[in-house]
Amino acid sequence: MASRVRAFGAFAYDFVIGDDWWVAAGVVAGLAVTYALSHAAITAWWLIPALLIVLLPLTLWRAVRKH
Amino acid sequence: MSSGALFIAVFLACAVEGVEATTIVLAAGTARDWRSATVGMLTALALLAAITAALGPAVAALPLSALRLFVGALLLIFGLQWLRKAILRASGHKALHDEDAIYREQVAAAAAEPARRAGLVPDWYGFTLSFKGVLLEGLEVVFIALTFGGNAHDIPLAAVAAVSAVVLVGLAGLAIRAPLARVPENTLKFVVGVMLTAFGTFWGAEGAGATWPGSDAALLAIVPAIAVFALVMVVLMRRLRTGSPDQGGAVAAAVAEVS
Repeated sequence: MASRVRAFGAFAYDFVIGDDWWVAAGVVAGLAVTYALSHAAITAWWLIPALLIVLLPLTLWRAVRKH
Repeated sequence: MSSGALFIAVFLACAVEGVEATTIVLAAGTARDWRSATVGMLTALALLAAITAALGPAVAALPLSALRLFVGALLLIFGLQWLRKAILRASGHKALHDEDAIYREQVAAAAAEPARRAGLVPDWYGFTLSFKGVLLEGLEVVFIALTFGGNAHDIPLAAVAAVSAVVLVGLAGLAIRAPLARVPENTLKFVVGVMLTAFGTFWGAEGAGATWPGSDAALLAIVPAIAVFALVMVVLMRRLRTGSPDQGGAVAAAVAEVS
């Protein structure tokens, strides 16, 4: 039973998080900050596009460095 | 989001998943046993239908802002993963996705395993290979159709797009009984990566409470902006690999590589 739970956990991690956990962590952090800014009545639509400009090169650099 | 954009986004994403699932089923059928591979595929499709029937109403019942935040986050994560792989492939840092090579590897691995009957299934290995391949690729199809459809308030249209893509690709694969190597899969993955990232950006920010300038029309700027940024990344990654300062040639080569 424990091994099946572990196998499902590994599958779920691979399905959702994938090869680079920085992407998932960055997206969650970006959306959390967007939520906080929006609910403080501060314009926040620009934050996720700005995050992409940082996150995509970062994950590419990590992939190249790994190989 | 227009109905056309919804249909195209779901159709392309599901076609890519369909090509990968078809390759696995064909390998299982060719190297092992067609009956077992077919039963495995049908069992996985039945399970996927049950998952869709269970999750569909739940997705439709979620508050729109919560749905958009959750789905936006997942689409952003998936989209960036797809884009990363597509950029690495287009810039030469990763081998291009080759359905012929994958098919040959699957057939060789399947042929090496001994046959074992289990109940009504003549070959258990062929069944599980086909079942797992269709289920794993199908889960992504179900996720894409439900989330895109739920956000656009049109799950039926998204379902039609998903089923059309899967049926079209499946029939093509069965008709030629060979991997669909001529489908421009690397280009499709680049396009789908751009679309998943763009819709994830739009819905995620909106679900978190942000308001886009121009409302839905903002997507008309987000999609091309992400596509151009991804192409620039291809150019930069290619230069990183080759050390070539020829920007004009690199841009042309990057566009050619993903198209």
